[in-house]
Amino acid sequence: MTDAATEPDKITGPTPDNALRAADKADSGPVLAADGRPLKQSLNRALRAQKIRALALIAPLLLFVLVSFIAPIGDMLFRSVENQIVEDTMPRTVQVISRWDPATDETPDEMVYQAAYFDLFFSAEARRHTRLGQRLNYESTGMSSMFRSIGRDLDEFGEPYQDAIEASDPRWEEAGFWYDLMSGEGANDLLESRRDSYMRLMGQSQRTVFGDVTCGIGSVFGNPCDIALEDVPLEFSLSNDITEFLPLTAEAYSDFTVFTVLDEGDVVAEEEPWEAVYTALGIDLKAKSQAEIQAYNGTGADALQAAYTALAEVEDISFRDQFIDADPDWGIQQPWQVLQTYSAAYTPGYFLNAVDMQKSPQGWELRPENQRIYGLLFQRTLFMSLVITFSCILLGYPIAYLLSNLPARKANLLMILVLLPFWTSLLVRTSAWKVMLQQQGVINDVLVWLGLVVDDGRLVMINNQFGTIVAMTHILLPFMILPMYSVMSTIPQSYVRAAKSLGATNWTTFWRVYFPQSVPGIGAGSILVFILSIGYYITPEIVGGTSGIFISNRIAYHISSSLNWGLAAALGTILLIVVLALYWAYDRIVGIDNVKLGG
Amino acid sequence: MPDSSHTDAFVEFERVQKSYDGVQLVVKDLNLSMPKGEFLTMLGPSGSGKTTCLMMLAGFETATHGDIRLDGKPINNIPPHKRGIGMVFQNYALFPHMTVAENLSFPLEVRKIGKSDREAKVKRALDMVQMGNFGGRRPAQLSGGQQQRIALARALVFEPELVLMDEPLGALDKQLRETLQFEITKLAHRLGITVVYVTHDQTEALTMSDRVAVFDNGKIQQLAKPDELYEKPQNSFVAQFIGENNTLEGTVREIKGDTCVVQLDDGGLIDAVPVNVTKVGERTRVSIRPERVEINKDRLQEGAHMLKAEVLEFVYMGDIFRTRLKVAGNDEFVIKTRNAPDQVRLEPGTQIDIGWLPDDCRALDAPSK
Repeated sequence: MTDAATEPDKITGPTPDNALRAADKADSGPVLAADGRPLKQSLNRALRAQKIRALALIAPLLLFVLVSFIAPIGDMLFRSVENQIVEDTMPRTVQVISRWDPATDETPDEMVYQAAYFDLFFSAEARRHTRLGQRLNYESTGMSSMFRSIGRDLDEFGEPYQDAIEASDPRWEEAGFWYDLMSGEGANDLLESRRDSYMRLMGQSQRTVFGDVTCGIGSVFGNPCDIALEDVPLEFSLSNDITEFLPLTAEAYSDFTVFTVLDEGDVVAEEEPWEAVYTALGIDLKAKSQAEIQAYNGTGADALQAAYTALAEVEDISFRDQFIDADPDWGIQQPWQVLQTYSAAYTPGYFLNAVDMQKSPQGWELRPENQRIYGLLFQRTLFMSLVITFSCILLGYPIAYLLSNLPARKANLLMILVLLPFWTSLLVRTSAWKVMLQQQGVINDVLVWLGLVVDDGRLVMINNQFGTIVAMTHILLPFMILPMYSVMSTIPQSYVRAAKSLGATNWTTFWRVYFPQSVPGIGAGSILVFILSIGYYITPEIVGGTSGIFISNRIAYHISSSLNWGLAAALGTILLIVVLALYWAYDRIVGIDNVKLGG
Repeated sequence: MPDSSHTDAFVEFERVQKSYDGVQLVVKDLNLSMPKGEFLTMLGPSGSGKTTCLMMLAGFETATHGDIRLDGKPINNIPPHKRGIGMVFQNYALFPHMTVAENLSFPLEVRKIGKSDREAKVKRALDMVQMGNFGGRRPAQLSGGQQQRIALARALVFEPELVLMDEPLGALDKQLRETLQFEITKLAHRLGITVVYVTHDQTEALTMSDRVAVFDNGKIQQLAKPDELYEKPQNSFVAQFIGENNTLEGTVREIKGDTCVVQLDDGGLIDAVPVNVTKVGERTRVSIRPERVEINKDRLQEGAHMLKAEVLEFVYMGDIFRTRLKVAGNDEFVIKTRNAPDQVRLEPGTQIDIGWLPDDCRALDAPSK
């Protein structure tokens, strides 16, 4: 309470602050230092060493926090809108399905089924199609099994074509023949784009400079990295001529090449192509006229001619029918609608789900009544956090008051009692409440013994909201007491004495003079307790039952059980936004400057 | 207490004792009686018990023993808020969450005084301390001096007859302190209030008070008017504590009525007024104010004892000269001479004779060793 605290502006000497203020005020050009440079510049130069030193001191922590805290949180939040899995797994389908109009009441045309066949064939080979199934299952139940069954049957779709082609000329079964047929110059763009596609499917990004450095360091210690996927030689060069003549075949063979080399580590020239390549060849050849076939005179022209003739005998494959054979659900609009709705790389779908809404062709709409749970959970979380905060204020204020008014030695003893819970495991404390509150627990036993409660009417105090509130109030109480205490201990006794000397009774003194000055402590404690309780997990999980759980329990469920990380991230983001909004509102109403955590 | 028949006593302490720990007495047997309208200062070093006395009077501490009476009525058992005593604190104690006007109207509100009346009184009090335009400000927006004026106005606004001030100017700079000292005394006399003022600043005590009570070690060492306190200290503590003072130690050789002769430890003889000495052969400490030491033999009485002195240091201080001498083995002996045209400036190293009027030299109690 010295004077200096109340009138810092009275210092007129050359303090750094005053100098800066004066420099700001000077409109008549910059003030110059003795060496003729602007004063600000030379001041900055003088302070640079200090700044660098300060930065160096916090650098380790900053780095640690960035790597271990901010980056994972950022990544997690990003997952709430990220939806690249659809595009990465079925790029060709995503491209063609956008032209489909679900309002026509028809399923997509054959082109979409065909694109889906090639996409799914590739991703099924890479064993990635079920992941997409799981992802889409969050949006529409049943998609997961549809993807699994289609993955099983996919191999047989192109069998008629493959049989006809292989029967037409034995060379079609030779890996070397295929290799020669497709080899050439000029179409490696297509090949590389397939490699890119494969890497996205596998979730591998291009190696960055950072990765190169890591690998460089690793190789120094005799632990070199594998060659980056984008640098592995495919030992195959796609012919431009054949690509123009047989576009689908070239694309399918490129897929096959990329997969064979990158995934299986085999040599393309020694491997017989997939069924999908035969299917693609069949589609390509069937689309040609006799004249076009005869006009081709590159490698294997005779074999192509033979295949063309043989294929003429074979009926066209209908991919649509094949899909429906595998799972009749592929024959209705629903799965395709979901695929179209969620084909974008970023989606609000998780957020909509988190607020009990869903995306439909008609736009956003509320989910059916029986599927809405998150609104209720958010409401309950907020309400219970408020109740907990309020009970903490009621219980904590008298303790903090006592603490700040006791002589130091007794205050220290009491402070240890307040801090005692901090030194006990959270789990132990929560479990203790379980012992206390359960129907055969200590409190009920005592009440029955006292005759206040009949033995078969024991109170239910756990696995409900009451249990959660009691246990969390107890656990969070120190977080309320400590800021309150630190504020109260800075209120000089002379205020109370002054008020009394002015004629105020004890109550008036407290209410008009002491209490208003302790409000910043209540504010600080409330923010702390409220924010902690809004995200609390362990205690509600253990004593909350079903009616006493918080939104965070649901988040944990989606993280560890249902593995719907996108939804968990969306719920977490909403929680974060709610907390920030409350903080902002508090700042506007009370003013964050009034919140003191100490001193 | 022989004084209890005193009917005009407004504030009375009778045999008051105070102990915090039950082992040591902070205030030992305090007897004090103040008439209405007096400005009394409690002066003393920290820990001397002066603030404890004030707090007992205000009601924030209870006396362990003895009676405190206000206007003839014992107030030991009256809670502070019913005593009607105004109080000013060192740290101002203005309520930071209220404006200046709200601070002032607080004591009126708790007394259930009507709004219009309240506003008039607040305005009058603010004008009284020349802070009429500051009613809407918060205490944090005021300087220290302004805050203390407001605190003063707040202590006076409910028109108490007794105002206690606990080192109210301690946190202010020198110039402001002097201005406010003057204002507080003027105000106190104009309003006719009784003031108990606690300070450790002796200048403040001397300039402001009607009477000063010098506290040390839980006891009033001397209770007297400022001039008497300065010129006629009753013991060596008071002499040392108030003003600058030269001391010499010796033994009493001769007592003749109201003068005595003291033989200093190096053999020199001086005249003094016996204050705390009663018999020949007693150890004593004599005290002489620096401005009462005479270097001009002509101004002294016939036959006055003189002492040899060596000039050690000469300091020019503008209005006065401060010269440090070595006298009878004491090289911290200071004399002050007025800066007049005919005044000599003593060169360090010269030998001079010094003397003084016997009345100015007081033989006090020897320090206990």
